Amino acid sequence: MLFWLTALLSLQLAGEFAVTALQLPVPGPVVGMALLFLFLWRRKYVPDGLTQVGSGLLSHLSLLFVPAGVGIMAHFDVLSREWGVLAIALVISTLLSIATTANVMVAIKRRLKLS
Amino acid sequence: MNDVRQLWIYLSATPLLHLTLTLIAFQIGTAVHVRLNGSPLANPVLIAVILIVSVLLATGTDYGAYFEGAQFVHFLLGPATVALAIPLFRQLEAVRRSKLAVIASLLCGSVMAAASAVAIAWAMGAGRDTLIALAPKSVTAPVAMAITRELGGLPSLTAALVILTGITGAMLGPVLLNLLGIKDWEARGLAMGTASHGIGTARALQVNEVAGAFSGLAMGLNALATAIWLPLVWKLIAN
Repeated sequence: MLFWLTALLSLQLAGEFAVTALQLPVPGPVVGMALLFLFLWRRKYVPDGLTQVGSGLLSHLSLLFVPAGVGIMAHFDVLSREWGVLAIALVISTLLSIATTANVMVAIKRRLKLS
Repeated sequence: MNDVRQLWIYLSATPLLHLTLTLIAFQIGTAVHVRLNGSPLANPVLIAVILIVSVLLATGTDYGAYFEGAQFVHFLLGPATVALAIPLFRQLEAVRRSKLAVIASLLCGSVMAAASAVAIAWAMGAGRDTLIALAPKSVTAPVAMAITRELGGLPSLTAALVILTGITGAMLGPVLLNLLGIKDWEARGLAMGTASHGIGTARALQVNEVAGAFSGLAMGLNALATAIWLPLVWKLIAN
């Protein structure tokens, strides 16, 4: 298990290096995700230890966003200045984006007879 | 009384206090969420954030002091993001089968998220800084902040809007998808990840592994797509 935790951190580190060296427009952990995906693709199965570490981290993924969420308090003054505009733009655009993505996906899958 | 004060001063200086506060607040949030039959509207992140902010305001603690303790939780976001490759790999066949549909719908959702937010705020008379900060709000925080910086806006305002977008999507997304009658887990996951990045993915992963895998994929792809198209289009329109 410790081995696979080390592996996850190493892949994240490799991702951070790649992003800096190649000026990639994505964050280091996302590149790390791509690297782990390539590794699993070649290996063709998920090792038990990795499954354990992965589900340990991912089963409480929501928790990991709490500290960043509390960071909103540092922006109360900026947010409160235009809160009405921000709230309306944010809620409506998020709903439009979800509806658009899901509907287009379903329509194309139906056209291609995938579902 | 003096002893309690001494203890408080000691505890405030160690990570223990705020780390524990974060975990307790999240446990309460999860308990409320479970009590309300897992309703997406009772979002555990939102409940935890409200509880913690209330405690910090009541005790006069600033965010920097809180983050000293909470950073240990925050740090795990990195390896957890890397681990999203595991559910994605498990859905390899489904992703391969749906790849055209994934790319097309992701691009539509990506443009809709940014364009509709900017258009609504512009129509309501928002200033330039607000418009720039809103544009990349559906993208995972580090990329969204980089885009805002590139466009000459306020990255810290973007960071706050990104979190609020994530919570909004995680709360209202499942309700909207039910209203629209969308039952396909791939489409539901992809929509959550495109519009509300990691927080939407956390919710999707909790409900269904297929949805979680497609949501994680959408989060990564939307970060890449928006980082490329948004600055190009923005400069075209601004000129």
